[in-house]
Amino acid sequence: MSVIAYSAARATLRSSGALLNRNWIAMRRAWVLIVSGAVESLLFLFAFGFGVGSLVGDLTLPDGSTVSYTAYVAPAILANAAMMGVLAETSINVFAKFKWMKVYDGILNTPLRPWDVALGEVWWALIRGGTYIGAFVVIMGLFGLLDSWWSLLAVPACVFIALAFAGIGLTLATLFREWTDFDWMNAVVFAMFLFGGTFTPVEAYPAFVQPVVYVMPLYHGIELVRGLSLGQPSPWMLLHIAYLLALCVVGMWVAQKRLSKALYK
Amino acid sequence: MPIHNEILARAVDLRKSYGEHEAVRGVDFEILRGEAFGFLGANGAGKSTTMRMIGCVSQPTSGSLEVFGRDPRTEGAAIRARLGVVPQDNTLDGMLTVFENLVVYAGYFGIKKKDAREKAAELLDFVQLTPRAKDQVSELSGGMQRRLAIARSLINDPDLVILDEPTTGLDPQARHLVWERLFQLKQRGVSILLTTHYMDEAEQLCDRLVVMDEGRIIAAGSPRELIDTHVTKEVVELRFGPAHTTELAELSLTLTGVGAQIESLPDKILVYTDDADDTNAALDARDIRPTSMLARRATLEDVFLRLTGRALVEDET
Repeated sequence: MSVIAYSAARATLRSSGALLNRNWIAMRRAWVLIVSGAVESLLFLFAFGFGVGSLVGDLTLPDGSTVSYTAYVAPAILANAAMMGVLAETSINVFAKFKWMKVYDGILNTPLRPWDVALGEVWWALIRGGTYIGAFVVIMGLFGLLDSWWSLLAVPACVFIALAFAGIGLTLATLFREWTDFDWMNAVVFAMFLFGGTFTPVEAYPAFVQPVVYVMPLYHGIELVRGLSLGQPSPWMLLHIAYLLALCVVGMWVAQKRLSKALYK
Repeated sequence: MPIHNEILARAVDLRKSYGEHEAVRGVDFEILRGEAFGFLGANGAGKSTTMRMIGCVSQPTSGSLEVFGRDPRTEGAAIRARLGVVPQDNTLDGMLTVFENLVVYAGYFGIKKKDAREKAAELLDFVQLTPRAKDQVSELSGGMQRRLAIARSLINDPDLVILDEPTTGLDPQARHLVWERLFQLKQRGVSILLTTHYMDEAEQLCDRLVVMDEGRIIAAGSPRELIDTHVTKEVVELRFGPAHTTELAELSLTLTGVGAQIESLPDKILVYTDDADDTNAALDARDIRPTSMLARRATLEDVFLRLTGRALVEDET
């Protein structure tokens, strides 16, 4: 039994790895696109962190401690970068491959299953998101925005954000019918970026808004990354991680179901 | 001709429905190793749906289907690992070059990179695309894309190659290049399964074929057997100037007895006969003078016409 499980796991790894290889070969000529994604996050850091930060100065957190506004905003922008890189890859790029370039139509005649395709796309998104995360964390360090050893955990924390949005992006890619559907996705993403706790503690919002914020995946990501990068671990982080992982698993499951339904007519 | 009697695929009362529409209505067939097996039929006859079920990308609604002795419902991935598929629309990867298309596809079958590169080079040579190895797929003509799709289908040394309408939409020269490659595959003993609505394609390539119409198999056998069983040896085509559908139908009534069977079409009348000279003599005797008269051997096209009362490739007018 364990032999079968082992070989099944290995086949899944090999199959999703084959799709990863495909994406790497297809995208290695378009590396400029990938770099441009990292630059965007840097611009946010400069504009909000250093720009607005110089006006705001220090911020007193609900627990009474004080941090510079730049140190407060930077982890949120990092969380945002982790989200954006992965979401672009899994939603728009997968949609293009699925419905427009019909890449998966060719793949479905091979031993690869929809689950392998979903997994391969998640690996790939994690790699792309990971490059943004890594680059951004290095820059945060260079600007002295990482205050404790806990902050190194911000990197794996971002991986949970990336996983969650990989699942969400895949689901959206399989649900969307037209390019215009991405407009409302962008609207939701922008709303999360503005109100998910990026710029102010959620406690500052009116009470009736707060539950909405708690549903936002980005909020949980920001709380997780910020807590770690400010060196303030808390048991609540386990809840954030659980929420993000659940989104990943559900998202991937829905996506592979949708892929099967669309391709295996 | 089949070398062994090993059965690669077997269907019994195989059916597929899409909602109310029954695309395949209970078909039975056996495909043997080493043979070229064809599904001949008009568009919408259920050929592609049957191919998709054999290719394990479509679940049968009912009936039994075995491919390589396995059940496509539960062992699809294992079956697909041994198949080579050339879909109607090629489904090449537009983001990759010609060579990358083959190497990446090999990866889906778990073929190691080094082996994949060797095999890809060999297959590009086989389909005469080596000079285009570094081009993007979109730069290739339709015929070249089809040849690349054929090369891709061979990357895993499949036990069975499935081609869905391999030459539809290609110009005559490109068709002949594709046929040439398929002939070579046949000679190498590769088992081939193809669908087509071109009778010349079926006649040239297939050892055995089934004729499908409206989701059912209406005849089966070798091209020669089908012709011998369902039509006479020769056919005389008669045209009467501008005379059209109704006039021809009326005219055909006066022809009774000049051949074994008379078939009236929109633009001509077909007389099925065992001897064209006898038919000519009979027409002369009745003083019937068509504007043109063509005697030819009966083909699969005639078989299809006899069986369904319709032409295989309908005129697009």
